[in-house]
Amino acid sequence: MTSETGKHVLELDGITIRFGSLVANDDVTIALEEGEVMALLGENGAGKTTLMNILFGHYTADEGEVRVFGKALPPGRPRAAIEAGVGMVHQHFTLAHNLSVLDNVMLGSEPLARLASRRSEARGKLLALSEQFGLPVDPKARVGDLSVGERQRVEILKALYRDARILILDEPTAVLAKPEAEQLFKTLRGMAANGLSIIFISHKLGEVMAGSDRVTVLRGGKVVAERATSDTNPAELAALMVGRQVTRPKRDAQAAGAPVVSAFNISVGPSDERALDDVSFEVRSGEVLGIVGVSGNGQAALGALLSGLKRPSAGQLTLAGDGPEPIDMAALAPRDLVKAGIGRVPEDRHAEGAVGELPVWENAILEQVTTDQFSARGFVRARAGQSHASELIERFDIRGAGPGTRTRLLSGGNMQKLILARVLAAGPRFILANQPTRGLDEGAIAAVHEHLLAARRDGKAILLISEELEEALALSDRVQAIVKGRLSDPIPAEEATPETIGLMMAGHWEVAAQSTSGEPTHAA
Amino acid sequence: MGETIDILMSASLWAAVLRIATPLIFGVLGALLCERAGVLNLGIEGIMTMGAMVGWLTVFLGADLWTGLFMAAMSGLVMGLLHAMLTVPLGLSQHVSGLGITLFAASLSYYLYRLLVEVGDLPPTIEPFQALNIPGLSDLPFFGPVLFSQSAPTYLALLCVLIMAYVLTRTPLGLAIRMTGENPEAVDAQGLDPIAIRIGAVMAGSALMAMGGAFLTMAAFNSFFPEMVQGRGWICIALVVFASWRPGKALLGALLFAFFAAFQLRLQTVVEGMPYQLFLMAPYILSIVALILVARRAQVPAALMTPYRRGER
Amino acid sequence: MRLERRSNTPLMLVLTAPLLAVLAALVLGSGLIALADVNPFTAYGHLVDGAFGSRLAITETLTRATPLILTGLAAAVAFRAKLWNIGGEGQFYVGALMTAWLGHSIVTFLPAPLAIAVLIAAGMFVGALLLAGPAYLRLRFGVDEVVTTLLLNFVVLLFIGLMIEGPLRDPLAFGWPQSVPVDRDLRLPDLVERSRLHVGLLIAIAAAGIVWLVLARTVFGIESKAAGLNPSAAAFAGVSLPKTLMMTAFLSGGLAGLAGTIEVLGVTGNVTTTLSPGFGYSGIVVAMLAALHPAGVVVAAIFVATIFVGADAMARATGVPSFIADVIMSVSLLCMLVALLFTSYRIRR
Repeated sequence: MTSETGKHVLELDGITIRFGSLVANDDVTIALEEGEVMALLGENGAGKTTLMNILFGHYTADEGEVRVFGKALPPGRPRAAIEAGVGMVHQHFTLAHNLSVLDNVMLGSEPLARLASRRSEARGKLLALSEQFGLPVDPKARVGDLSVGERQRVEILKALYRDARILILDEPTAVLAKPEAEQLFKTLRGMAANGLSIIFISHKLGEVMAGSDRVTVLRGGKVVAERATSDTNPAELAALMVGRQVTRPKRDAQAAGAPVVSAFNISVGPSDERALDDVSFEVRSGEVLGIVGVSGNGQAALGALLSGLKRPSAGQLTLAGDGPEPIDMAALAPRDLVKAGIGRVPEDRHAEGAVGELPVWENAILEQVTTDQFSARGFVRARAGQSHASELIERFDIRGAGPGTRTRLLSGGNMQKLILARVLAAGPRFILANQPTRGLDEGAIAAVHEHLLAARRDGKAILLISEELEEALALSDRVQAIVKGRLSDPIPAEEATPETIGLMMAGHWEVAAQSTSGEPTHAA
Repeated sequence: MGETIDILMSASLWAAVLRIATPLIFGVLGALLCERAGVLNLGIEGIMTMGAMVGWLTVFLGADLWTGLFMAAMSGLVMGLLHAMLTVPLGLSQHVSGLGITLFAASLSYYLYRLLVEVGDLPPTIEPFQALNIPGLSDLPFFGPVLFSQSAPTYLALLCVLIMAYVLTRTPLGLAIRMTGENPEAVDAQGLDPIAIRIGAVMAGSALMAMGGAFLTMAAFNSFFPEMVQGRGWICIALVVFASWRPGKALLGALLFAFFAAFQLRLQTVVEGMPYQLFLMAPYILSIVALILVARRAQVPAALMTPYRRGER
Repeated sequence: MRLERRSNTPLMLVLTAPLLAVLAALVLGSGLIALADVNPFTAYGHLVDGAFGSRLAITETLTRATPLILTGLAAAVAFRAKLWNIGGEGQFYVGALMTAWLGHSIVTFLPAPLAIAVLIAAGMFVGALLLAGPAYLRLRFGVDEVVTTLLLNFVVLLFIGLMIEGPLRDPLAFGWPQSVPVDRDLRLPDLVERSRLHVGLLIAIAAAGIVWLVLARTVFGIESKAAGLNPSAAAFAGVSLPKTLMMTAFLSGGLAGLAGTIEVLGVTGNVTTTLSPGFGYSGIVVAMLAALHPAGVVVAAIFVATIFVGADAMARATGVPSFIADVIMSVSLLCMLVALLFTSYRIRR
């Protein structure tokens, strides 16, 4: 299928790959034309990254062929892909933080047998490319000291340095604020005009619509649709992406109660490197307070603070107590927080949420193992733990496991349900939900949202930290943006349009505030 | 006190420092190379033992000294390959594999030695490397005996420091090795093979370690006996941290350490009444102290001890 | 070809893994024996005979296994928590020295059972302290405990030499330096007459039982398991990583110290610098062959003891150097590592 504009620079023909019983890519056929920007759209788990990894040689497909500029690409070797002119910008940057920009870019470009590196030549080429494509970098800088946006530039330059004619970008805007994302797409357009052909993976409809010429939609490992971007719209794409009509639960209006958790002028970290800088917020019972922001702006510190893993260097963090006196939350260790009615859903279920090698019941009770319910005189009450786990599995519809199953065998969605279950079953007054739906498919997302909204109806106070604008706006009653460790003033969700929030997330609080209430507030 | 100053000023002390440092230099360089690529090689103690035995045995059986040194290096290469195969493609625990290699290499050495060599009242000896008196320069006062009358392997060790420093910082291969120790995914993404690089680095590093062991039997003492390495391998592992994984600092660390070892040996003859064990303890305690001082600031290769498994789900 | 994670670990595989590892080691060992111009089957025959062929042989094997059970437990407990305790040798020796010192002097005033209990407690205590040091250095300064525990072994051995040539020297011994002996009454009774097998074996097996109980059933057990497998998740769930690490260090060091105590009280009665033929290091092999399981440690210790005792007999009968035992043991360790890998992963084309 050749169009009138150009030839096919890249063809993926019948690509199929299986991992155990999972068919990650099923007979995928895609063709990319010269000078075009194609978006590969799909929800989490649809097989987009796997497909690009096959293209780049990180994986070998079980069936099918990849052709670059008409020639078949030897599978399984990134070197072959690079030599054929394919460059990849990975979602999780493949950079060495302890080495310089130039080192990172030069790696692999010279034959290993060469006795002396030609560094000044390389520096010249790097600076020339940097200028040509508008990606300023300092070759001497240590990558670990760069910002995320700068590191992405290095990652892109790496590919361009190796003379890539086809560029693959995996979720490139996951770590960028709106203005940086817009700049990136401008740069990509410029590259396409210069003869490069580009595929970018995304699950964000907005940028797919704005940044691409064509869209290919993957679902469950299969190509379900291909459209010219101008011929389609977000609603159609969303339906294609998800397949069935999974609607996310809606939030009903509800009056909030008294504040449960309050933070006054909290700072975390030493004064020259504040992870959180003079932040204040208040979460009331029966409401969801949404903290939105691009990743890396202090969410981790906020989560650690509320989980009992970090102490503030200044300010007060209080929890409403039974009596008139509020409890000082900052002084409490994780288990004391749980006892006091704080529920915590961590950001990373694999790194923090559960110990994969332990059975489900041990993970279900680990937070509370020192309580009388689950231990007696230093010995664990295994039976109590196992029956508790069975109860959670049933009440929360956790599939694919019994109390004794090793937790890492659960799917992402079910593991998240388990974590949510153990939090909710403890009857908390406050829930910290930190990126609760990261990496989950639509069905699981809907289930998590349902549980959170049910908890809200139940009068719990919920603090939601999320990078997904749509999720934050759907679930929250009030929203605050987090930028470089500072929090904007809260605004009611109804007043938060995507434009306003986008501005807030990028740090333009004055402008954002003016566009909502007309009153100027302090800038970020 | 005066006697102490005398010791410090004597050429024989400083000549001994270089001599004592030589096996340490080889050992630290070897361990450094492995770790720069991301692999901790705790097999060093056993590999040095094996190098000592193989080098010595080769000469005992009639070959010349350089052939002996070469065979010792080869034995290290083989042990390094074994450690690399276990820890790199298979991704097994680098700690346990290294310890297993140490036990294996050492016990194999003792077994083969006992099998192939008749040991009477005293262990048999060979003609070791002699001091190379560099014509002209070795007659200089002080510097003559210290710098220009060392044996060939010592000069080789110093040369290795220069070579390794150059290779690591100035060549594409060195960059690839360093990257592999920082982020093997990055190496894979640039079309190189981090597994092959790690295996190669471990093999080369182990060859160096074995040469350090060979120095003990072929230049320092001239016979082989069990437990002769006496923990030098472990001290080298500590010295790598102390050297921030850099060849130049590694040389400095080895010299510093050798200085203390040489000094305390001579101090024993001067200081009355202290049990000799206290002097012998000093090197080990010193290594621990050095580690404590340096550990906080250490910029460890980021991927040290993380096995690289492609595309693990 | 790549390695793929298994979704479940078949029990059969876990049980056969050590057997296959040992078999592989014996096969490689036979190659070395052949190098010595000896028929491997004959040699192994002598080995088995030397380890089990008579009542005396069996008691010798079990006597040898006793300290190995304890150092094996020490290594298993530590390695489970990713605390790399390579200092079992030194911890053994300080426990032994403490026992000789106290057992010669202070506790002789107490009735025997109480005195023995005190000696056991003291031996465990110093062993625990010796490992607590490196563990603390790791917590506070980030110093890798592998090197510190290893280097301490050398320091301790020198210290032992210093002590038994000095303050704790046995004035009645001629020539070879040895420590003052433990009081006669405090020696552990024999299990089997006219053999060296002593009650210490029962103590060691009991210790294995207690360790199993602690690891499987207590809060400390579950917390240290979590901390070893996923420290950040454990910390999130409120497990105190420093506390767990220190408690693990105390337990592991204490077990190794106990090994030294028992060996002195049961076998030698005093301390020399050759008291341990590498019990600490062998304990690591024992722990790995047991896949870090307390019950498996008992079996693995007996196996390792078999190899050592049998190899001595084999050496006497055939002239094969007894170092073959260390070779077989270390190769078993390496093979066991590989075998363990295949219990968690399978090969996929």
